[in-house]
Amino acid sequence: MIAGSFMLLALFIFPLWKITLVAPQYPEPLGMYIHINRLADGIEFNDVQNIDLLNHYIGMAHLPSAQNVKKGLVEPFVEFSIMPFVVSALALLGVVFGFIGKRKLYLWWFILLSISGIVGIYDFYLWLYEYGHNLDPNAILRIIDPVTGELMAYQPPVFGYKRLLNFDVYSYPAMGMSFIAGSVVLVLLAFLFANKKLIR
Amino acid sequence: MKQILKTTITILSVAIIMAGCNPAPSGSKSKNSSKGALSGTQAEKAFVAPGEHDEYYGFLSGGFSGQLAVYGLPSGRLFRVIPVFSQDPEKGYGYSEETKPMLMTSHGFVPWGDSHHPDISQTNGELDGRWVFINENNTPRIARVSLTTFETEEIIEIPNSAGNHSSAFITENSEYVVAGTRFGVPIPQKDIPISDYKGNFKGSLTFVKIDPESGHMNIAFQVRMPGFNFDLAHPGRDKSHGWMFFSSYNTEEANSLLEVNASQNDKDFIAAINWKKIEEYIAQGKGHEERAEYAHNTWDDATHTATTVMEDEVLIINPEDVPGAIFFMPTPKSPHGCDVDPTGEYIIGSGKLAATITVHSFTKMLKAIEDKAFDGESYGIPILKYDAVNYGSLEQPGLGPLHTEFDTRGNGYTTFFISSEVVKWNIKNLEVVDRKSTFYSVGHLMIPGGNSRKPFDKYLVAMNKITKDRYIPTGPEVCQSAQIYDISGDKMELILDFPTIGEPHYAAGCPTELLADKSVKIYKLADNKHPYAALSEADSRVERKGNEVHIYLTMIRSHFSPDNIEGVKVGDKVFFHVTNLEQDYDVPHGIAMIGANTSELLTMPGRTETFVWNPKKVGVWPFYCTDFCSALHQEMQGYVRVSPKGSNVPISYTLDEEVPGEEE
Repeated sequence: MIAGSFMLLALFIFPLWKITLVAPQYPEPLGMYIHINRLADGIEFNDVQNIDLLNHYIGMAHLPSAQNVKKGLVEPFVEFSIMPFVVSALALLGVVFGFIGKRKLYLWWFILLSISGIVGIYDFYLWLYEYGHNLDPNAILRIIDPVTGELMAYQPPVFGYKRLLNFDVYSYPAMGMSFIAGSVVLVLLAFLFANKKLIR
Repeated sequence: MKQILKTTITILSVAIIMAGCNPAPSGSKSKNSSKGALSGTQAEKAFVAPGEHDEYYGFLSGGFSGQLAVYGLPSGRLFRVIPVFSQDPEKGYGYSEETKPMLMTSHGFVPWGDSHHPDISQTNGELDGRWVFINENNTPRIARVSLTTFETEEIIEIPNSAGNHSSAFITENSEYVVAGTRFGVPIPQKDIPISDYKGNFKGSLTFVKIDPESGHMNIAFQVRMPGFNFDLAHPGRDKSHGWMFFSSYNTEEANSLLEVNASQNDKDFIAAINWKKIEEYIAQGKGHEERAEYAHNTWDDATHTATTVMEDEVLIINPEDVPGAIFFMPTPKSPHGCDVDPTGEYIIGSGKLAATITVHSFTKMLKAIEDKAFDGESYGIPILKYDAVNYGSLEQPGLGPLHTEFDTRGNGYTTFFISSEVVKWNIKNLEVVDRKSTFYSVGHLMIPGGNSRKPFDKYLVAMNKITKDRYIPTGPEVCQSAQIYDISGDKMELILDFPTIGEPHYAAGCPTELLADKSVKIYKLADNKHPYAALSEADSRVERKGNEVHIYLTMIRSHFSPDNIEGVKVGDKVFFHVTNLEQDYDVPHGIAMIGANTSELLTMPGRTETFVWNPKKVGVWPFYCTDFCSALHQEMQGYVRVSPKGSNVPISYTLDEEVPGEEE
C-alpha cells in the first residue's frame, strides 16, 4: 500500500499524457507532454512553442507554457497548481492509510484516486474543447466546416487519433500513467491480500 | 513439330528479353558505346530511391568557384554549396557585416578564391568527421569548415607563398594541415628582375598547427625551400606518421615558358620532411622569427561574427637548421600526385609526363638515410639515391598518371589524364588489375577515406577536366563532369555520371552516419550573444545614433517586427540587424531591401545578421522575406519611409499599429 501510493510521486517527473502531431511538413513529428504541473517538449527542443506558433494560423489561444505565461500572453492553468497538491495529498494519504493498515481504507484510497482521475480526464476534455472551439475570429485560416456550416473546430482527441487539417493528431497516455496503473495494481493487491498481513 | 514450337518460343523469349534491355532508341548518334557499358543492374547501384538517403557524403572542391560542394554518393545529387573563399549572395556570405571579415587578406578584401583540395580531419589515421579543411590557390589561404554546421569557421592566410597548391592535407591525428608554394617568389617580396629567379626565388612549405579541441589554426613554422614548384602533398600514415611528402616540378627553376623549360630534367623531386624532427629542433631553439603580414579570420559561434587579426611574424626553418630532417627523392618527370598508401609504406609519385608510376618504399628511404646513400645535394638538401629508395615502378599503365587513392585490399587507383582512364593496380605486385575509361581527361579521384588508414572502398569518384558531349549542351561553357565507379568487386564498374559546379580538383568523402546525427538543426536563441540581437519581438526597435539608424528587426512566421518604420532620412546609414526568432528545423527567413547595394540575408533560426542600406531616394520603400517560409510568406513584408535630408520626421516603428514591447 505504501509503495503503491508512493509511486504516485513519480508524476512529478513523468508526464501524464502525450499529444503528437504529424504533417507533411513535419515528417519528424512535433510532440507535447502534459505533466501535472507543466507542458514539456515531446520530441525535439522547442516543440511546445512550435506547436503554439502553428496554432496561431487557426486562431487558437496560446498554450499555457511557462514561456507564454511569462510573456503575459496567457493566464497560467490553475490545474498546474492544483494537481501537484492532489497528487501529494493522495500519496500522503496512502502512506498514512498504509500505516493504519485497514483494508477498507485501501479501497477508499482507490476510490479517491479514481474520482481524481475521472475529474482530471474530464477537465482535460474541457480544455481541449475550449482550445478547439474558442478561436480568434480574425484568425488567418478561417475554414467553414462543411457539415455544421460553422467555423471549423480543431479539438484534439482525448484518446486516440484525429485528423485536424494537415495534421494527424495522436493523443495517448504517457509514462506517468503507467505509474498510476502500477500504483492501482499494488493498492488493489494490498486490498486483496491485506488479511495475510504480508503487505501493509 | 514439337521441336519447331520449342525453338520458336525460345527465339521469342530471347527477343522479348532483349527488347526489355533496350528501353528506347537513343537520339544521340555518337555515344552508344559508353551507354552500352551501363547495364540495368549497374544503374541500380547508383539509384537512391525518393526519400532514401545516400550512403556517403562527398565534399567536392569548387575550383574556380572558390567554394565547397556537398554531394550525396552514390546518387551524385548536389545538396549544398558551402561558401568558403568567394562571396555568395544567395547566402549573404561575404556581404553581411558578420561574414565580410572572413574574406580579408593582407591584400585587403578579396571576394573570390580558387579552392582546391578538401581533407577531412582524422584521429589515429581515420576520418573523425569534425572539420573539413580546404586550401585556396590564388591568395594562399587555408579554411576550416565545420561539419556540424557546414559553415566556414576560420580562414588563415599563408605568408611568403604564392599558389598554395600542395595543401590542405592533414596529418593522421590532425596535428598539422600543410600549405605549399606552387610559384617560387622572392621572400620577402622585393623589386628584382624576374630573370633573377634561379637561386633567388624561394618556396615555403608551411605547417599549420590545428588545436585538437577547437580546430583553430596557427602557423607553427615555415620551411624555406628552393624555388621549385611544389605541387601536391601527402602525410605519412601509420609507420611513416611524422613525415610529410611534397611533390615538386620545375626543379629547373625556369621563370618563363615552363611547359618546355620546366620539363627538361629527367627527374624532379619528392621532398620528404620529418616534421617530428623539426619539432625537436624548434624545441632546441632552432629557426628564426621573420616579419610577415597575414590575415587570420576566425568565426565566433556565440556572436556568429567573424573577426580579422593581422598577424606579423612567422617562424622560419632553413634546411641547414635541421640536418637529417629534409631529403629529396628523385622521381621521374614532373610528379603531380604524391600519395601514401594506408600502411604508410609506399609513396607513390605520378610523373605526369611519364608513362610509369613510381613507387618509393618508406623502409628503403629510412635505410638510405641511415646509409647516407646520397646522390649529391640541392641547395644543401641531400638527394637520396633513386635506386636506394625506389621499390619499383609500374611500367606503361597508361599515359599521364596524376593521382592515386587506395582500397583496403592492397590496390591503388590511379587517374591518367592523357589516356583518360582510371587504372586499378596491385601495389605490391606492381600489376595492373583493371582499367576503365573516364569521360574525359580525369584529374583527381576520391575514394571516401581513400587517403587515410581506413578507406571505405565501395565507390570511387573520378573528377574530369573535360566534359564535351557528356550532357546536353549549354553554350560554350558546360558543367564539369564526374563519374562514380563501384569498386567493391574485382572489376570497377561505371555506375553514374553527374555534373558538378566549378571545377573540382579533389574531394573528400565519408560515411553518412559519421555526420548526419551531428548535423545542427537550429541555433538556440538562448545561446545567441550577437551584440545587435533582438531575442524577442518585445526587444525589436529602431534607434538613431547621429546619421546611423540601427533597426533591430525580428522575423518569425510570418511577419517582421517592426514592419512600419519612419524617420529614416536620405544620407543615413541604416543597419538592419535581423534576428530569426524561429526555433524550428528548416525555417530560415531571408530579407531584401529595395535599393540596398548588397545581397539578401538568409538567416538561420536563432541567428542574427546585419546588412547596411544607404537610402538615396525619398519615398516609402518595402522590404520582404526572400525565403518561402510559410503559407503566409508572401505577406511577410514591411515598409521604411525615407524623408528628405534635414526632415524632422521622428523615428517611429510599429507592428500592427503598436510599438513592439509596449503595453497596450
